[in-house]
Amino acid sequence: MKNNGYYGQWGGSFIPEILHETFAQLNKVYETARHDPAFWQEYVDLMATYSCRPTPLTYAGNLSRHFGGAQIFIKREDLNHTGAHKLNNVIGQGLLVKRMDKKRVIAETGAGQHGVATATMAAKFGLQCTVYMGEEDVRRQRPNVFWMEKLGAEVVPVTSGSGILKDAINAAFRDWVTNMDDSHYCLGTACGPHPFPEMVAWFQSIIGLEAREQISKQFGSAPARVYACVGGGSNAMGIFQGFLGQPDVELVGVEAGGYGLASGKHAARLASDDSSPGVAQGYKTMFLQDDDGQMRTTHSVAAGLDYVGVSPILTDLWEQGRVRFASATDKEVMAALELTMTREGIIPALESSHAFAQAFKEVGDLPADQSVIINMSGRGDKDIFTIANAFADPSWQQFIINKGKEYEAAR
Amino acid sequence: MKLQDNIREAKQKKGILLMTHIVLGYPSFEVNRAVIGQMVDKGVDLIEMQIPFSEPMADGPVIVKANQDSLANGTRLADCLDFAGEMAATHKIPFLLMTYYNILFKYGLEKFCRKTADLRIKGFIIPDLPPEEGAEYLGYCRQYGLAPIFIYAPTSTPARMRELARYGEGFIYCVARRGVTGSQTTFGREFAEYMAQCRASTELPLAVGFGIRNRDDVNAVKGRAEIAVIGSETIRLVDAEGASAVGPFIAGLR
Repeated sequence: MKNNGYYGQWGGSFIPEILHETFAQLNKVYETARHDPAFWQEYVDLMATYSCRPTPLTYAGNLSRHFGGAQIFIKREDLNHTGAHKLNNVIGQGLLVKRMDKKRVIAETGAGQHGVATATMAAKFGLQCTVYMGEEDVRRQRPNVFWMEKLGAEVVPVTSGSGILKDAINAAFRDWVTNMDDSHYCLGTACGPHPFPEMVAWFQSIIGLEAREQISKQFGSAPARVYACVGGGSNAMGIFQGFLGQPDVELVGVEAGGYGLASGKHAARLASDDSSPGVAQGYKTMFLQDDDGQMRTTHSVAAGLDYVGVSPILTDLWEQGRVRFASATDKEVMAALELTMTREGIIPALESSHAFAQAFKEVGDLPADQSVIINMSGRGDKDIFTIANAFADPSWQQFIINKGKEYEAAR
Repeated sequence: MKLQDNIREAKQKKGILLMTHIVLGYPSFEVNRAVIGQMVDKGVDLIEMQIPFSEPMADGPVIVKANQDSLANGTRLADCLDFAGEMAATHKIPFLLMTYYNILFKYGLEKFCRKTADLRIKGFIIPDLPPEEGAEYLGYCRQYGLAPIFIYAPTSTPARMRELARYGEGFIYCVARRGVTGSQTTFGREFAEYMAQCRASTELPLAVGFGIRNRDDVNAVKGRAEIAVIGSETIRLVDAEGASAVGPFIAGLR
């Protein structure tokens, strides 16, 4: 996928001049690593021993019978270390940081998964780490903030803008333009200025490479469809790359439908008619923006999907008709999550549950001798506060109230 | 007359020129009007008017907040353009627009250039548009007689500086230090060497911005650049003391 940072008309590198040399260095180190088979081997070995790769492909027999259509397989990125696909990218960039001899990493985080993954990598590689997180997300994802801090990272709540993922990205860039000499910005998704979209997609391609081999071994043929949720697009790019060369495999990206596309409160860039071409955060893609080019506020039950832009690589694949985009509402997502837990004993993250929700809508229409893969980008059990809240679980609420009283009394 | 010639001519009469910055619609267009009136009155030579953007990636906290508050007040692009036209028609000094690329891109590059040239705007500062991404933009700037102003940074190599000089018009905006707008800058030996490198790399006049807050800072720039840029400081001043504090502040700078 060599292209100078453009995928069709999307992508590019719209960066402040002060970062010109920093990007020149990053591009050089990245290109060298990309053409060095030993680098990829080092990466794969590290992921096998430090993390849990290859992650399994699980046959979901109960769900398959429940829908009575194609056989459902789940790619288990939840079993990757730190509980999500995010670590794949972070370990890859960490190896590049070592090659650049930088001492500090900066990261943005929405749901907190990328922040936890970066803090983990920084601890392992002996790097200082600062994570920017929108104050709204800090409120939503306190347990992840707790772990980042325990892992030794500094977590900075971002109050500017709407206090969500896009604002954390802006804050991380502001840190970087000050500290580029000793710091690397470990961007968490396949967005931003070149080489980030391509580089992050490359590290995540390990998901698709494994899945292609696994489905062929376990099912005997390629899947009819592959489903992945799309926030920035890194897990989707990761698994899709395993099947891009097989035109018969339909690739489905699932965006956050929030309260429904008609409500305007969603984060569906490519599955709705609400987005338009724009340039922000260093790259050109379809953004949810107003007529003046100001970014709009987005909504999703899943913090990790609550983003105004989308990977330029996916926008290109969408434009070419290679990837189909759909959306799942918060409600559909909660139902899919519940079904997956009770039928398979598997707890997907709210983000990943979007992919499940869309697959469940369609899988019954496919014949039983075909298969689909759902990319389970992360696990939900560590998001217990968010998920319990989304289910409005009364006994959980009582537990929190009691716990609060206990802490209060002990003061 | 080209903007660079305007600047050279004005520089003949003064030791150093002053450029100031305002964020359109912050705290309101009325205050903008009063502030600009005082600035021009006290001899400011150029003014950059920033069209607010929801993602001002290269700006520091003071200007970020101004962008955000302006948009929260309901500032629209059409209001900004009307106001810019009014200022350019009212005052004789050159006015520039500063904003992020998406504002132009979404409006339509040609339409934006045609419209702002009609309003007698002299040029643009677009911090997230390097020349590599700006072929179309550069073409329309040329066609409509607008100066595309490019930025030098302390991290720019001599080769990169010469490259940028090939595309720039009007002047080169030299960022005095790493970081975003609105923090302290030390104008020491490293700064002098950097400015010498800037001077050697282009025929265009030089402006220096980022961290210029008082008369001493302006003096430090004198002899090294044609223009000193006062950015966040006047916004801070208006926030703290109101529009009427701007005149005396400007008068005390040189």
